[in-house]
Amino acid sequence: MTLRSLPVGDHGLLVELGSGDAAEALHAELLRRVADGRLPAVREIVPAARTVFLDGLENPGHLAAELPGWDIPPLTRGDGATLEIPVGYDGPDLAEVAGLWGVTPEEAVRVHSGTEFRVAFCGFAPGFGYLTGLPERFAVPRRATPRTKVPVGSVALAGPYTGVYPRSSPGGWQLIGTTDTVLWDAAREPAALLTPGTRVRFVPREPTAVPREPTAGEGGGA
Amino acid sequence: MTDSAFAVERAGALTTVQDLGRTGHAHLGVPRSGALDQPAHRLANRLVGNADGAATLETTLTGCAVRLRRTATVAVTGAPCPVTVDGRPAAWGAPVRVPDGALLELGAATHGVRSYLAFDGGVGAEPVLGSRATDVLSGLGPAPLADGAVLSLGPAGEAPPGVDGVPHRGVPRELVLPMVLGPRDDWFTRAGLHTLTTGDFRVSAASNRIGLRTEGPALERARDGELPSEGMALGAIQVPPDGRPVLFLADHPTTGGYPVVGVVPERCLAAAAQAAPGTPVRFTPLGRVSWGRPNPA
Repeated sequence: MTLRSLPVGDHGLLVELGSGDAAEALHAELLRRVADGRLPAVREIVPAARTVFLDGLENPGHLAAELPGWDIPPLTRGDGATLEIPVGYDGPDLAEVAGLWGVTPEEAVRVHSGTEFRVAFCGFAPGFGYLTGLPERFAVPRRATPRTKVPVGSVALAGPYTGVYPRSSPGGWQLIGTTDTVLWDAAREPAALLTPGTRVRFVPREPTAVPREPTAGEGGGA
Repeated sequence: MTDSAFAVERAGALTTVQDLGRTGHAHLGVPRSGALDQPAHRLANRLVGNADGAATLETTLTGCAVRLRRTATVAVTGAPCPVTVDGRPAAWGAPVRVPDGALLELGAATHGVRSYLAFDGGVGAEPVLGSRATDVLSGLGPAPLADGAVLSLGPAGEAPPGVDGVPHRGVPRELVLPMVLGPRDDWFTRAGLHTLTTGDFRVSAASNRIGLRTEGPALERARDGELPSEGMALGAIQVPPDGRPVLFLADHPTTGGYPVVGVVPERCLAAAAQAAPGTPVRFTPLGRVSWGRPNPA
């Protein structure tokens, strides 16, 4: 496995891998090593598109030296439980996304709901997961002008990713549907429904006439 | 008037509840948050006999005023400011006994930006993921203080330990930020890195709890475009397309796509919390971590 370790301050390590799948595989291995006590104490492990960032290491150099010798099993897809998220495919950008894909809106729904997704990483807002699974040819650009308010529960696409807005916020992703599923609940353990590694399927349901009102504050724009 | 609480009579520009923040949730997109000037927050707590993790109030430039609903021992640290109890001057940087019903006021900071107000027993907001900190990026934790709001206090403590003489770091005229280069310093030209360490930067008025923004010369990039999103450290110096460095503070986003040219160690970040707009900023390299790269620049 090709990897490159970069220093992040005195106590951080950014491990860069050749692909998103390799980053997810390393993340899964790191979690296994945390679970059985084989990883030195670490404060945060943050997977992202092609990297895993570890923060709060006493000696990041030791881990950097050790990493290339690890035997990291590849990701396994398709086994174990899959989280189902009911979606009304009624988003304002569905027709535009279908146009970008060169298919009808009905076919776009069939493609999206027929895909097994996986939470590659989180960011942008608490509980916002970046879901991979769509083939590369279905990548779409962000909207040229971000919306100032995207409703909570919006199911959206940008680049190779699908995401669900855990609360109302500004946002530039293409909105293809809505869900009533609660993505973030601080009283729940874990608070985020979509944690890195979770497998997800979107299940079509009838569009709701009135989307739920957003609940919480404001956020950064992504 | 015997409920353990205080009422906000003047919230000030931005006054938030802060503690040591919520670590261990960055992979869910949850920022660290917590007091920007951690030493000042800890000192305020120690002065009133609290544990370090008790919640304090963090003010921004203009102070705040609260009316106590129980007798409390309080202490103000961080940015120096006038402290009054029912209009009479009281000590800054020392325990002050405030009677039930009295008005405690923190005036505008004489220098620095953020003052910390600790109450014995701590501010009693509902914890979210183990912290009472207000996170202005993601909206977690209690809302920023508003005029008329009532916040609870934890149970009154024993008399605090006697304190004589409190170290105060002062607020320097220049913000010096030591930094470790990387992880993405290779996205900048040699000239760009030279600009970072020699350029005439100042703290921008657009700074907030998310990041300290700078005004000054743009860093020249060696390559265009954005990175695929990657994890962001507290203290990261991120460089957006306009080329002006942004220092990530406690409420920073957990992932981002702009290159990080260097990282300021956490122990050096308290000074950034107190650097007012217009303060000169100097980035000083701590050198490169030796295992990171085969060829030092």
